[in-house]
Amino acid sequence: MGIVNDQERACIDGNEAAARVAHRLSEVVAIYPITPASPMGELADTWSALGRTNLWGRVPEIVEMQSEGGAAGALHGAVQRGALATTFTASQGLLLMIPNLYKIAGELSPCVLHVAARTVATHALSIFGDHSDVMATRQTGFALLASSSVQEAHDLALVAHAASLRARVPFLHFFDGFRTSHEMNTIALLGDEDLRALIDEEALAAHRARRLTPDAPVLRGSAQNPDVFFQAREAANPFHARVPELVAGCFDALAHRTGRRYGLVDYVGSPDAEDVLVVMGSAAGACSEAVEVLVDRGSKLGLLVVRLFRPFPTDALLAALPATTRRIAVLDRTKEPGAPGEPLYQDVVTAVATRAMAHGEAPPWVTGGRYGLGGKEFTPALAKAALDGLRAPTPPHPFTLGIVDDVGHTSLRPDPGFRVPHEGVSALFFGLGSDGTVGATKASARIIAEHTDLHAQGYFVYDSKKSGAVTVSHLRFGAAPIRATYQIDEADFVACHQLGFLDRMPVAERCRAGGTLLLNAPHAPDALWDALPRETQETLVERRIELHVVDAERVAREVGMGPRINTVMQPCFFALSGVLPREEALAAIRDEIRRAYRRRGPTVVERNLAAVDRALAALHAVKIPAAASARRGRRKPVPDDAPDFVVRVTARLLAGEGDLLPVSAMPVDGTFPTGTARFEKRAIAHEIPIWETPLCIDCGKCALVCPHAAILMKVFPEDALAGAPEGFLSKPFRSRELPDHHLTIQVAPDDCTGCGVCVDVCPARSKEEVRTKAINMRPVAEHRERERERFDFFLGIPEADRLRIEPDTVKGAQVREPLFEFSGACAGCGETPYLKLLSQLFGDRMVVANATGCSSIFGGNLPTTPWSTNAAGRGPAWSNSLFEDDAEFGLGMLLAQEQLEGEARALLEKLSPCLEPGLAEAILASDQEGEAEIAAQRARVERLKHGLATPPHDADPAAVRRLAQLADELVRKSVWIVGGDGWAYDIGSGGLDHVLASGRNVNVLVLDTQVYSNTGGQASKATPRGAVAKFASGGKSMPRKDLGMIASAYGNVYVAQVAMGADDRQTLNALLEAEAWPGPSLVIAYSTCIAHGIDMARSMSHQKGAVQSGFWPLYRFHPGTDPHEHPFHLDSRRPTRPLSEFLRTEARFAMLARSDPERARELATLAQADADERWRFYEQLAGIERTIPQGEDAGPDGSAPEGEDA
Amino acid sequence: MSSTDLAIDYLGLSLRCPLVASSSPLTGNLDGLRRLEDAGAGAVVLPSLFEEQLEAESLAVHRWLETGAESHVEAAGYFPELDDYDLGSDSYLELIRRAKQALEVPVIASLNGTTPGGWVRHAKSLEQAGADALELNLYGVAADPALDSEAVEARDRALVRSVREAVSLPLAVKLSPFFTAFVHTARELVASGAGGLVLFNRFYQPDLDLESLAVTPRLVLSARDELRLPLRWIAILHGRVKASLAATTGIHEAEDALKVLLAGANVAMMASALLQNGPEHLALVRSGIVGWLEAHEYESVRQLCGSVSQGAAEDPNAFERANYLQTLQSWPGDYHR
Repeated sequence: MGIVNDQERACIDGNEAAARVAHRLSEVVAIYPITPASPMGELADTWSALGRTNLWGRVPEIVEMQSEGGAAGALHGAVQRGALATTFTASQGLLLMIPNLYKIAGELSPCVLHVAARTVATHALSIFGDHSDVMATRQTGFALLASSSVQEAHDLALVAHAASLRARVPFLHFFDGFRTSHEMNTIALLGDEDLRALIDEEALAAHRARRLTPDAPVLRGSAQNPDVFFQAREAANPFHARVPELVAGCFDALAHRTGRRYGLVDYVGSPDAEDVLVVMGSAAGACSEAVEVLVDRGSKLGLLVVRLFRPFPTDALLAALPATTRRIAVLDRTKEPGAPGEPLYQDVVTAVATRAMAHGEAPPWVTGGRYGLGGKEFTPALAKAALDGLRAPTPPHPFTLGIVDDVGHTSLRPDPGFRVPHEGVSALFFGLGSDGTVGATKASARIIAEHTDLHAQGYFVYDSKKSGAVTVSHLRFGAAPIRATYQIDEADFVACHQLGFLDRMPVAERCRAGGTLLLNAPHAPDALWDALPRETQETLVERRIELHVVDAERVAREVGMGPRINTVMQPCFFALSGVLPREEALAAIRDEIRRAYRRRGPTVVERNLAAVDRALAALHAVKIPAAASARRGRRKPVPDDAPDFVVRVTARLLAGEGDLLPVSAMPVDGTFPTGTARFEKRAIAHEIPIWETPLCIDCGKCALVCPHAAILMKVFPEDALAGAPEGFLSKPFRSRELPDHHLTIQVAPDDCTGCGVCVDVCPARSKEEVRTKAINMRPVAEHRERERERFDFFLGIPEADRLRIEPDTVKGAQVREPLFEFSGACAGCGETPYLKLLSQLFGDRMVVANATGCSSIFGGNLPTTPWSTNAAGRGPAWSNSLFEDDAEFGLGMLLAQEQLEGEARALLEKLSPCLEPGLAEAILASDQEGEAEIAAQRARVERLKHGLATPPHDADPAAVRRLAQLADELVRKSVWIVGGDGWAYDIGSGGLDHVLASGRNVNVLVLDTQVYSNTGGQASKATPRGAVAKFASGGKSMPRKDLGMIASAYGNVYVAQVAMGADDRQTLNALLEAEAWPGPSLVIAYSTCIAHGIDMARSMSHQKGAVQSGFWPLYRFHPGTDPHEHPFHLDSRRPTRPLSEFLRTEARFAMLARSDPERARELATLAQADADERWRFYEQLAGIERTIPQGEDAGPDGSAPEGEDA
Repeated sequence: MSSTDLAIDYLGLSLRCPLVASSSPLTGNLDGLRRLEDAGAGAVVLPSLFEEQLEAESLAVHRWLETGAESHVEAAGYFPELDDYDLGSDSYLELIRRAKQALEVPVIASLNGTTPGGWVRHAKSLEQAGADALELNLYGVAADPALDSEAVEARDRALVRSVREAVSLPLAVKLSPFFTAFVHTARELVASGAGGLVLFNRFYQPDLDLESLAVTPRLVLSARDELRLPLRWIAILHGRVKASLAATTGIHEAEDALKVLLAGANVAMMASALLQNGPEHLALVRSGIVGWLEAHEYESVRQLCGSVSQGAAEDPNAFERANYLQTLQSWPGDYHR
C-alpha cells in the first residue's frame, strides 16, 4: 500500500481539474481563448494575477497571444530556452498549432498541451465535443493521453507533465469538451507533494541543460537535405518507443501516492468475455455502466478503455484483451470521410491482426462505429446497442450510434427500455441564464460534496441565445463516485424556475413517477393548478408527482435581489429533496453564501441570507386534483403556415426535438434558408415599448438603435390603413419626399427583449411630465395581446417605395425594411444595430463574410437566423468560414463576383446584337451609382433574362445559357466582411492587412467591443489601457491598437471610426461612403457590450460619453485624387470631459479602482495621456493634404503588387 | 512666538488649536492631511464613510460579476473574479491607519449609515482602525410621509445610543438645522450618548439642467454669511447641553472663527475656505486669531469660549426674537446718515 493521504475533496469541473495541475507545473503559459478550453487559460491568468506560485515558488508567466498559432510559437520558444511551458486549446485552435507541434516533437522538447477536445468545423461550426481536433494531430509526434472523467483530467494532467519530462516527448493531454471540461464532479485533489513525487528533478535538470544559451551555443532547427533528413527522423524512435513504459511508470507512482490506479489501457468486464467494446474519452463512463449491468445479468462482455493513444500501446492492449475475445466493437468519436474506418478502429484492427498473423490465428472480428460527433449524447443504451450489434451474423461496419441514419442506414437502434438506474438522487433545474439557476446548482453540488460524504455531479445545458437563454442544470448525487457521462432523462426532482417554460417545453415530463416538481410561480397554492397547461396537469396526475410552489420572485424582490431567484430556489430544493437534514442544509447554504459572496461585501451576503431565511416560509405543497382540467395546451413552436422547411426541421429544433431528426432531414452541405428568426416567438420581455403617438417627432432613432429590430417604422399612404384593427396607431409623416403619408412605430411584442434602448434614445418628451417620452416601457402583460394584433396588421402594410426617400438621414434609412431581425443577441447589444442598418441600406444586394464570434453566433447559430429576405426574395447571403480568415474569405467572394460579372459582361457584349436594341449597351454603360440607378439596372436585367428565355435563332445557345445563369451578376453587389475586434485586431490581423492592401472593392465592418465578447470577455489588442478583462485581470497595461490609423496609412483605404449612439448621422454617412468607395473600406464601429460593465439600457446614449471624453474620436478618412485633398475628417469635437469621468462609468475600469486603486490611478493617467496625444495627432491629420498613391498596383481598382517569396 | 494659549478641549480630546479641518476632499488623502496639520489644524475630520455608498458599491460589483454570468454556453461570465474588492470601507480604514501614523493631531472619523446594523458595524471598525473620535453624520432627507418628526428624532436617538453602546470612542453628532425644537432635540441626543454636537450639516442640494431637464446634484461651497445660523444655535446651546460644540459652515476668516468661539463653540470647523484657498489658508486664520487675542489681551482661547453665548451675553434675548427687531430699528438711522 502506498501513501494514500486523506486527500482533500472538491467539486470542480474538468477544466479546473487540469488547470490546477498545469499551473503548478509551468513557468510559461501561452494562451488564446477558444471554447471550451478558455476557462483553463482564464484560471491560470487569474491565479498568476493573484500571485499563486508553481511547484518551484515562481509565479507562472501568462501571455495571451494573437492566435493559437502564436501561442504554439511562444510555447516552442519557451521550451527551447529551457522553461516548463504549457498551453490550453481546442478544435480549430489546435489545428492552428499543428505546424509547431511537428517542430516541438521533432526536437524532443518536453511540454504539455491540455485540450478540451472539440469538433472541427466542417459543414457547420460546433463548439461541442468530439475527437476530430485531436485526431488531426496524431502524426505530429506528440504523445496523446486521454482522460475520461474529471478525476482523470486532474490525475492524467500530472502524468502528462511528468512523463513528458522523463520521455522528452511532448504530450497532448485531452478530455472531452463540455462533457468533461464543463462537468462538475467530486474529485480528490492532488497536493504539491503528489506533484513533487512524480516530477523527476533530474529530467528537469536535463531539460534545462539542453536549453538554447549563448553560454553553450548550439544550432537547432536546421534545414536538411535528402542525404540525412530521413535518418534523422528515425533517430528519435527510441524516445517514442519508451513512452508507454514511462507513462506506465508514472501511473504506478500516482497509484502509490493516491491509491488511484490507471493503465495505458484498462479492461473491465467478465474475464471470459467474448464481445468487447473499445472506447476512449468520456464515453468510458456510460460504457462501463452498461457493461457492468449486462455482466451482472450474465453476458460475457467487456470494455477496454484506451488512455494512451499515441504512441499506440499495442502490447498493453493485446495483453488486456481477454483471450476469449471473439468480437470487438471500436467506437470512435470522430469521422474520417473515405477511410476504411476511423483512427482508433484502424489501430485496434492493426494490433489484433498483427498478433494473429504472427501467431497464425484467426483474429477477432473487429467493427467500428462513430458516436458523439458535435457533442451528441452517448448513453449506456447506445453502448449496449454497439454490443448487441456484434451478435448479428455479420456485425455491421461502419455503424453509427445516437442518430437515425435513414440515408446510409448505418445507425444501430438502441433498446429504448435500457437504462442504468442511478443509485442516489437526480435532479433537473430549468432556469433562465439571468436568474442564477446554473450558479445555484453549481453551489448545491459544492455544498453536497463538501458537507457530506456523498459524491455530486453537475452538468449544464444552455440554448444558443444570448438573451433569454434557457438553461437546464443536471445534478446527481449519491454514495458512490458518479460515472454517468450523459444527461438526466428522468429525474427524482425537477424544479422549474420560470413558469412560462411549461407552455414551451416538456418539464414535468422529465420527472419520474412519484417524483417531486417544484415551480416558481406568482400563484397561491390553491390557484396554481388553473395556471398549468393541459400536458403538465396530465403528467402530474398520471405520474402521481408531488407538486410544490414558491413565489421566488416576490421573495427575491422583497430582499432586494432583483431577478436573481437562486438563493430562494436552492433552500427549497434542499428542503424537498432531503439530501441533508433541513437545518444542516440551511447552515451549509448560508456558509456557501458567505464564502461565495464575501468578496462582494456584507450587503450582498446579507441579502442572500435574507432570501434563504424567507424561502421556506414561502414554500407550499399543492394538492393535485384527480384529473386534468385545463383546456389550454402547450403552444406550437411555429405557426402552421410557416414554410415547409421551418415546419419540418426548424420547428423540431425549437421544440427541443432536434435529436430525433433523421439524417434525411438535414441539408447535405450546411445550407439553410434565411428569415427564420421571425418564426421563433420567444416572448421573453417583461416590459415592452409602447408608442405615445402625439409626442413622436418622426426621428426614427428608436428603430435605428433597436438591437433586435423589434421596433419597426413604416410609412404608407392613408389607404393602407383600411382594415386596421381598432386602435391601430398612426400619425401624419413629416416629410417633403413622402407627403400625405402616415407613420407607424410598431413593437414586435414577442420579439422584443425589453432592453429599453429605444426609450433611452427617444428625444421627444412630454411637456407636462418629462419622464414620459414618445416611447415608454410598459408591462408586457397589459399590452401583449393588443400589440400582437397591431403587429400582425403592421406586417401586412406594404413597404414604402425606397426610391422616394434618400437613405442619408436616420428617418430615410429607417423607413427601409430591415433584413436582419429578431436576433438572440444580448439585450441592448451594441453590435446588432450596425448590422441591421447595413441590411437596410444594402441588404438586397449584399454578401456577408462573417468572422466567428458573437456576430456569427447570433447571426448563424441554429435553430434560426436573423438574416432575412424582402418580399422579392432578396436579402443578405451570409457565410462564416473561420475566425482567422474572414478578410481572405470575403476577398475570395469578391474575386469570384468580379469574375462572374466579367464573364456576364463579355457574354452580354457578344450577344448584344441578338437582344432588344440598346439593352445590352444600357446595361454595360450603367454606373449603378445610387439606388435609383441600381433599381433601373435591375429592371434592365429582368428584361434581359426575359429576352434570354426566348432567344433568337442566331444566338449562340451556349452563350445564352451561360448568360442566363449569370445575368443577375450584372446588378451591383456589395461584399461586406464583418467581424469583431478579436478577429480584426488579433487573429485575423495579417489577413485583414493583406486584403486592405489589395486595393480591391471590399467593405469591412469591425464590430469593436474592445474585447473577445463571445468567449466571455478576454482582452484583445483593441482593449483599452486600464480596462480589466480576462487575461488582463490586473488591468491592460498597454494602449489599444489604432487600427484605423494603420489602415489609413495605405492612403487608398476608406477608413471611418464611428459610434452610432454618439452620432448616428456620421455612422450613416460612413457606411454609405464606405460602400460607395470603389476600393477597400474599413468601418470601425464602437459596440457597447455587457463585458464593459454598463447599464445596457443606456447602451447607445452611453457612447456619447466615449466621444465627449476623447476615448473614441469619430473620424472619416476619405481618400481622394485632388492634390489639395484633406482626406481626414475629424467628426467629433475636441473632448469636453476628462477621460477619468467616462472611465468611472464602466465597470471594466471601475473594477480595477476597487481591486488595485494605485494601479488604476496610474493607468488612468496614462490613458488620459493616450487620449490627449491621439487627439493632438488627429487634429494635425485633419490639416494634412494627401492624395491616393498613384500607380497601377496601388489604386482602388488596381491589383496588389506581385509578391516575392521572401 | 506668541504666548497666547490656543489649546482647547473638544470631545474630551485636548486640541492645540480650536481650528479643525472638517470633512472635505482635502482630508481624504495623506498629503492634504499633512498640509492641514502643518498649517496648524487642531484636529482633522475625515470624509464621511457613507453606508449607502458602500451598499451601492457592493451591489454594483455583484451586478457586474453576475451580469451575463452562466447565461451562455461559451461564457461563464464576463469579468475575472478577483480575490478582493475594496468596496470603500477598506481604503477608508487604511486612510485612518495611515493618518494616525502620519499625524500628531487627533484624527476624527465620520460615518453616515443607513441601517442600524450598519452604523454599529462600521463604527466598530473605525474604532479598531485607530480613530481618535467619531462624528456621526446624521444626513438624511425625511421624505417619507409615513414618518412624523417624533419618529425621525426617535430613530436618531436610538442610533446614537446603539453606537454609544458599541464603541468607547468620543462621539460627536453632526446635525442639520431642520428641527422644530432644536434645543430639545440636542439635549435628547446628548442624553443618548453624544459627547459633542457639530452644527450644521450642509446637504448636497439638487439642481435642474435646463437643457436635459434632468436633476443634477451640485455642491455649492459655503459663504461667510451662512455663519449666522450655527452662531445663533451655538450661543443658545452653550451651557445648556453637557457636550462639546463645533461650528461648521461659513467659517472662512479669523473673524468668523472668533465669533463662533465667543458664542460658545469649542472648535471652529473649516472646509470651503480651505478648498478655495488651499490648506495653508488655515495658518492665516490661525494667526488672525492669535493677533486678535493678543490685541484684545486674551490669555487663552478657553477664556474666550462662550463669553458671548446667550447665557453670557449682555442681552440674551438678542439671540432670539429681539434680534430681528433690533435690525429693523437700525435702518432709519442708517438711512439718514
